[in-house]
Amino acid sequence: MMKRDECLKVLARHRENKIVVPVYTAAQEWIHISPSVLNYTFTWAMGQGSSHALGLALGRPDMRVIVLDGDGSLLMNLGSLITIGHAAPKNLIHCVCENGTYETTDALPIPGSGRISFTGLAQAAGYPKTYEFEDLQDWERDVAHVINEDGPVMVTLKMVPGEEYPEDFDRLYDLHHREAFRQALQK
Amino acid sequence: MSETGQPLGANKIIEELKRAGIHFVVALPDRTTSRHLLEAMIRDPDLRVVQVCKEDEGISICSGLYCTGQRALLLIQHTGLLDSINALCNVAVEGQNPVCIMAGLLLKEPGVAPTQSKRYGVRIVEPILDAMGVEHHLVEDSEDINKIVPAIDGAYARSGPVVLLIGREPE
Repeated sequence: MMKRDECLKVLARHRENKIVVPVYTAAQEWIHISPSVLNYTFTWAMGQGSSHALGLALGRPDMRVIVLDGDGSLLMNLGSLITIGHAAPKNLIHCVCENGTYETTDALPIPGSGRISFTGLAQAAGYPKTYEFEDLQDWERDVAHVINEDGPVMVTLKMVPGEEYPEDFDRLYDLHHREAFRQALQK
Repeated sequence: MSETGQPLGANKIIEELKRAGIHFVVALPDRTTSRHLLEAMIRDPDLRVVQVCKEDEGISICSGLYCTGQRALLLIQHTGLLDSINALCNVAVEGQNPVCIMAGLLLKEPGVAPTQSKRYGVRIVEPILDAMGVEHHLVEDSEDINKIVPAIDGAYARSGPVVLLIGREPE
């Protein structure tokens, strides 16, 4: 299993000018690991990250969009897999940070923890490419290729918590940062 | 609003949506609007229809599109609107996203104000939107189509949601 912050640091080294849509704990860490005006943290409601990312991907087909979803979050919006598979944006990379728990609520297990396959669900929903990583070296070796493939691509990242980062939901949903993001896309 | 009011023209509604700059239509079929409005939108080469499995997905998709400079409409049934209250509350209202929703009022009686409907699910829609501070307009007669452009322009000007309630089946 990878530590989440180590996994995210690998991704940060390869993101270039991609839009990244991180949710919940991954978002709290990502804004410190890879600060950028192209971080879209303004998802507001649990489960909605993949849908925000789809809107961004459809509206800017010239840019690549990576969503850092959670496993508990995606369970709240499983239909979005079908929606994304049907809309088929080539520029969308759907990463699921799978730790098997609702980490912010006492780390209680998600339903089906350890038995469900998000890559399997994505394949069935029509994602043409799916990957699963649990070893940091494998992720490091393949990340550049995986996030630049034609999508939609599903990437399951099996991980455990790593270093602790401060929790700041006000920053994640800050409207000034949202406006800066929006302005950056208008250029 | 009258029981014998002029019918809603689906083509005229689409014309007005285009005049408001709408290019994306995010939709889940609704019994009031699917036959004449959504089917025409799917055939229209100037519109990109994105089908969703659940209505709250659409609120977030429209919000993402907004940041890219694209205008979008979410076309759903009022039951789906009620099912999406959390996303409407957080993503659209608190997130200050100009989510423009067109929602068919399923089984509303023609010529009857929504708050006077015999159907509980229809009666509560406008009071709920009022409680949330969400602007809404009833589109039931042909002259109501003139509300569409200013409603959408207004939503984008103030960066907040608007709901256009479709009171009868467009023709």
